[in-house]
Amino acid sequence: MSAPQDVFDADTGNRSWWEKLRAFRQDKPHLFLLLIMVVIPLFLMPSSTWAVLTLSGLAMGAMLFLMASGMTLTFGLMNVLNLAHGSFISLGAFAGATVLTMWLNDYTSGSLWVNLVAVVPALLFALVVAGLLGVLFERLVIRPVYGDHLKQILVTVGGSIIVMELLQVIWGSNEIPVPRPEALRGALLISDAIPIIGGIALEKYRLLAVILGLGVYALMLWVIDRTRLGILIRAGVENREMVEVHGYRIRLLFLAVFVAGSALAGIGGAMWAMYREIITAHMGEELMISVIVVIILGGLGSVRGCFYGAVLVGLINLYVGYLEPRLAAVATVGLMVAVLMWRPQGLIPVIKV
Amino acid sequence: MSEPILSLREVYADIDQYHILHGVDLDVPAGELTVLLGRNGAGKSTTLRTIMGLTTLTKGQVRFQGRDIGGTATPAIARGGIAFVPENMGIFGQLTVRENMVLAAVSGAMDEQRLNWIFEVFPPLKKFWNRAAGNLSGGQKQMLAIARAVIEPRELLLVDEPTKGLAPAIINDLADAFEQLKQQRVSILLVEQNFNFSRRLGQSVAVMSDGHIVHRGTMAELAEDEDLQHELLGLGLGAHQ
Repeated sequence: MSAPQDVFDADTGNRSWWEKLRAFRQDKPHLFLLLIMVVIPLFLMPSSTWAVLTLSGLAMGAMLFLMASGMTLTFGLMNVLNLAHGSFISLGAFAGATVLTMWLNDYTSGSLWVNLVAVVPALLFALVVAGLLGVLFERLVIRPVYGDHLKQILVTVGGSIIVMELLQVIWGSNEIPVPRPEALRGALLISDAIPIIGGIALEKYRLLAVILGLGVYALMLWVIDRTRLGILIRAGVENREMVEVHGYRIRLLFLAVFVAGSALAGIGGAMWAMYREIITAHMGEELMISVIVVIILGGLGSVRGCFYGAVLVGLINLYVGYLEPRLAAVATVGLMVAVLMWRPQGLIPVIKV
Repeated sequence: MSEPILSLREVYADIDQYHILHGVDLDVPAGELTVLLGRNGAGKSTTLRTIMGLTTLTKGQVRFQGRDIGGTATPAIARGGIAFVPENMGIFGQLTVRENMVLAAVSGAMDEQRLNWIFEVFPPLKKFWNRAAGNLSGGQKQMLAIARAVIEPRELLLVDEPTKGLAPAIINDLADAFEQLKQQRVSILLVEQNFNFSRRLGQSVAVMSDGHIVHRGTMAELAEDEDLQHELLGLGLGAHQ
């Protein structure tokens, strides 16, 4: 007569911590991996270094998320592989840098107000310009090749080359220095009184990147989880045909998502430009490797997966870059390979019908 | 028979290089339930998909409420008042039951009265309202699929084999639901293989074979005539009764 009681126990409490850990690994692979990623380096370096690297890694992750989220949605919703995504990043960087240079050239030591007034329009301009290129690109380049991955790869790589050459025509082929606004230079010093992170300097710009990244992530989750547009996007990822059967024009929905994704890539590029303080037309192309790793790692088409993928890539880059600089580039791809061997579908896969 | 709400004339359609429909002539009378019968591969599903604009019409005419809708894009056809429940039900499994319904209510808000009626007919939908639709049983998914199609008043429902793979008790529930829709004078075109189910519900009937209609008439007439059933459907109904 004790059998039902046993079943009850097995279902609720009384599981060993090992079983709980396994269940956690199974149910929340992204958090499990993030935890490992953050905890292990803590034993390999001084805690203040760890804190600085973690913030920098999160900042890089936030910027990578901005750049990658559009591409993962484009793929998830319409099965379109847009390898020209990197050129939207470059365009955003140049657009943002242009506004910043115009605004800040005479104000290198400007007030906080002038600085903020420069950053916001720079990001907005990057967003608008990249978004407009998105509209054009969807019409001219993507539309004729829906449903054919091979053609998409060829055509978008071609489109990407054209955009990058045009950037060089407009802005020249030299590296361009980007002024970082005065208010965002320097660092915040943490009081010595606080344990672990006491006494370290947190770079202001990285804090801003983290805040902006989290803000965009929260906004995207809200749109996707709570709004009608979000329901449509999720439904479209699952089954395009049935979305049309209900009377919605999926092409229009896709155009909107594609433009939003391009605009985000633009913002990401502008943020990256201010972070690196130097840009080239090919920067987007170079970032594409990380972007592709991020979206594969996270599970193609998944916004949540993309966010965690980006944070993981950012963190591993910084940690390994500190511990063994020569391995930093290998670490990103190595992380992807390891995750894919564990979960071939990515961290948070999107299930298609 | 009343005026047809939908009429197909000499409809041809291909899937890849295969010719599936060869000159389908079909009328769906307004306010009635019409059953489209036929063996596997006869072209029944393709007929529905062609009406919905999901399979391209290569030749012929589809008229809905007097307008030619051949070649119209699927979303426009749907907004014109045709709902379609495909054979695989097309449930969005990652979405909750509620989200599935929100999406189906194209005009924006769900009519509370209609929703309450749906909950009355399909109680499981109320129970699992905030659960992922992918976790529903096959029968519950079919209920959701039909509920989505009727959450807003539609002129015409196209339903593809709703009883496929379902237990007899659930088939009974579905039949009750269709009875209520009939009372509301909704025009329905139902593709079925289950003859007992179709006989219970159908008013008019069309039988397809090899991509065209081989018989048209009333259900009462076909239900009486066992020889005709044998000839058209190859059914040995004695065993089922």
